[in-house]
Amino acid sequence: MKKIVKYIMTDILRSIIMIIYTIVLLATSFTLFSLEDNANKGLLSLLNIILIIVPLFSLLFSTIYIYNSAEFIELLVSQPLQRKSIWQSFSIGLAISLSLAFIIGIGLPVLIFQFNTIGLILIIVGTLLSIIFVAIALWAAVQIRDKAKGIGMAILLWMYFSLLFDGFVLFLLFQFADYPLEKPMILVSALNPIDLGRVLILLQLDISAMMGYTGAIFKDFFGTMLGLSIAFITLLVWVLIPLYFSTRKFIRKDL
Amino acid sequence: MIIANNLTKSYGKLIALDNISVNCKKGECIILIGPNGSGKTTLIKCILGMAIADSGFITFNNKNISKDWAYRAAIGYMPQIGKYPEHMTIGQVLTMMKDIRNTDQPLDEDLIKSFKLDSLLNKRMGTLSGGTTQKVSAALAFLFNPAVLILDEPTAGLDPIASEILKEKILAEKDNGKLILVTSHILSDLDDLVTEVIYMQEGKLCFHQSIDKLREETGEEKLAKAIATVMLEKAN
Amino acid sequence: MKKVIVILMALIFWVESFGHIIHVGPLHKVKSIRTAIRIANNGDTILVAAGMYKEGNLIISKQLTLIGDKYPIIDGQNKYEVFSIKASKVVIDGFKIYHSGTSNLDDYAGIKVYDSREVTIQNNILDDTYFGIYLQYAKRCVIKNNQLKANNKEEQQSGNGIHCWKSDSLSITDNTVDGHRDGIYFEFVTNSSIKSNTTSNNIRYGLHFMFSNNDTYQFNSFIGNGAGVAVMYSNKVSMLNNQFKENWGDAAYGLLLKEISDSYITGNTFEKNTTGIYLEGASSIKMDHNIFKNNGWAMKIQASCMDIKVSTNNFVGNTFDIGTNGSLVLNTFNKNYWDKYEGYDLNHDTMGDIPYRPVSMYSMIVEQNPPAMMLFRSFITSLLDKTEKFIPSLTPENLKDNTPLMRKAF
Repeated sequence: MKKIVKYIMTDILRSIIMIIYTIVLLATSFTLFSLEDNANKGLLSLLNIILIIVPLFSLLFSTIYIYNSAEFIELLVSQPLQRKSIWQSFSIGLAISLSLAFIIGIGLPVLIFQFNTIGLILIIVGTLLSIIFVAIALWAAVQIRDKAKGIGMAILLWMYFSLLFDGFVLFLLFQFADYPLEKPMILVSALNPIDLGRVLILLQLDISAMMGYTGAIFKDFFGTMLGLSIAFITLLVWVLIPLYFSTRKFIRKDL
Repeated sequence: MIIANNLTKSYGKLIALDNISVNCKKGECIILIGPNGSGKTTLIKCILGMAIADSGFITFNNKNISKDWAYRAAIGYMPQIGKYPEHMTIGQVLTMMKDIRNTDQPLDEDLIKSFKLDSLLNKRMGTLSGGTTQKVSAALAFLFNPAVLILDEPTAGLDPIASEILKEKILAEKDNGKLILVTSHILSDLDDLVTEVIYMQEGKLCFHQSIDKLREETGEEKLAKAIATVMLEKAN
Repeated sequence: MKKVIVILMALIFWVESFGHIIHVGPLHKVKSIRTAIRIANNGDTILVAAGMYKEGNLIISKQLTLIGDKYPIIDGQNKYEVFSIKASKVVIDGFKIYHSGTSNLDDYAGIKVYDSREVTIQNNILDDTYFGIYLQYAKRCVIKNNQLKANNKEEQQSGNGIHCWKSDSLSITDNTVDGHRDGIYFEFVTNSSIKSNTTSNNIRYGLHFMFSNNDTYQFNSFIGNGAGVAVMYSNKVSMLNNQFKENWGDAAYGLLLKEISDSYITGNTFEKNTTGIYLEGASSIKMDHNIFKNNGWAMKIQASCMDIKVSTNNFVGNTFDIGTNGSLVLNTFNKNYWDKYEGYDLNHDTMGDIPYRPVSMYSMIVEQNPPAMMLFRSFITSLLDKTEKFIPSLTPENLKDNTPLMRKAF
């Protein structure tokens, strides 16, 4: 398995798109940090990139990579290799490569300009989001045979997680405006890794004071070691569940 | 060596394999023929474990393959259209496959030499022509000296010289007592190699016979004609 | 008649200036302040030498001047009110007053003035007092250049720094108040001036007005208090050239205006407050030449406000410029500079040609539905704000600045 991961990674890391992605992230973060007089503000601007661009790129790149590797996957399957380990190698290869691009593109500048808890949480959340959306992309790609449909699905999933889900939450909030929804919102945030990641980062920034009572409830929960652990475990679950289902599907898939 | 028992496989409404049973023995060179969509490739994929049968089972050396994957170490497979990671060079692909197989058996690099692939080792896979890619596929199939060779349309896309080299190689391996399973639609191409013929149509096995017996029964020397005669007889 | 008054005044001053001086200290004949007060006559001066004095509650009911030499320490031993002033024209100058008693029944203070006039309290250092300086029924008193400090943690168990009740014409200048409940507290206080004070780290408010009219506060700094200044149920309060900074927290404001009217807010700086100014039930207020910088909300104006005129202010780097809770708008915005304004000025009159709407859709949503704060800084909310800019639907139609400035107002 290690060998296949190694080969997949060398393949991905050489692709020009991946290099451009890393450079664009790097350039953006350096620009943002040098433009803003206050490093905290730089982080806030970076937050948008982490929450929008990183999931989108992870989803699209992984989906397209899997479809483009269809024949290579076939070749590997015809070799004396376990299907499970082939699929996991692809998952791990993609996850490591995209995390690496993120860590170089955003992690490095953050470590230079903002080496503290906030910076570290930002890097951890961003890396986890990269991996989560690799896992989600793989699930979509293994379910759908047609490449165009698969890429469409990836875009839809991104829309769902970054936009539609929040729209739905907003709708629910207004429907149930008479009830105290601050605490259930903690649970709701766990249903979307992007929301959860955003809340985790915002709570670290002093801007969380603006979030009023909701922010206070969130801080009470996520501010404790237990809450923080639960949050990161939830993010891990967001990696493991799609990975489990995609592996299960891949083992039974006709190629 | 490879025995398929009552194999059935359908893709939705399309029945690709309909209750197929075949027995392939060591030392045979079997040609799998039939029109497009007759289920040849599906059968091969089932044997390779790439497609999973709805019912029936396949044994390889008397072991059921459904939960096994190690048996594929004894198979060399040349796909119809091989595609490899674009950013890897030929050399890297070869190294990778050697790495994955991780065998201490002596390697068979005949085809690499005769196809002159060793002068192209630094070429990236993405830049190769279809024919060169096929040469790589063929070289890979034979590289590990497998007991079974499964070749899907091996001569398609190869130039005549390469095609001839490949045929000679197949012949040599047959003589080494290996089981060779070939699909092809150009019958005349492989006349002199073949020992057995399996003819499939619409997912069904029409017949499975040794070439000698076929020639004897039909009185035709040419394989194509012999099969045509059989089909005519069947139709009547 | 006039002549008679002048002669009388001169006589009074003559008497005063010829009062005796009583020295108090370990090396003097009079060892205790209590004795000094007992033997002193109206108009005398008591000069207290450096040292530690533990004398319980000192009641001053004569017109005396008490001066501390090199800050003698008067210790209330956590039991007593230190100075109780029950006469007019008393001066307390240059003392260190420590550890007053604490009580939930009596408002013990470091220095308390009962029903007196023209008392001067200056240059004192108060540390760990329950209430610092407490004035009730006082008139024309001066509180100047005192330093008050307490280390209170809970609102219930702490008193205010400078507490003024039912008083008139006070002058509170150059004091610093740290760590009390309210830094300066006014209840039923009229015609008074609060100038150049600094209040910081107080648990509740830096400065708190209740039912106090015709007062002015200017050149003060309110930094890092629970909330900067609260002005409630008052009118005719002028707020000039103050600094409201870092009043940052879940329910923190730079300035809270509740049920106040006819007031004037000018030349102030609001920086890094969760909400710069919060107005509720306020009316007839003019705000101009203020700077709102890096606040969460520069201003929250509830729909219960009317006739608020906001003009010629600078709004820079605030997360939300204006928040409101209804569609009724009886206030006007003119000629302010908004850094978020994206319009243009074709006729070069320094004012943008299209109006600026300082209320974002998301701030409206949050106002109506606080849990929506969970979506703070999410993609959907910025998208909603952008859409709202083109097709206003939820934000109040009339809340806009028709003449937004292209450059900073000053």
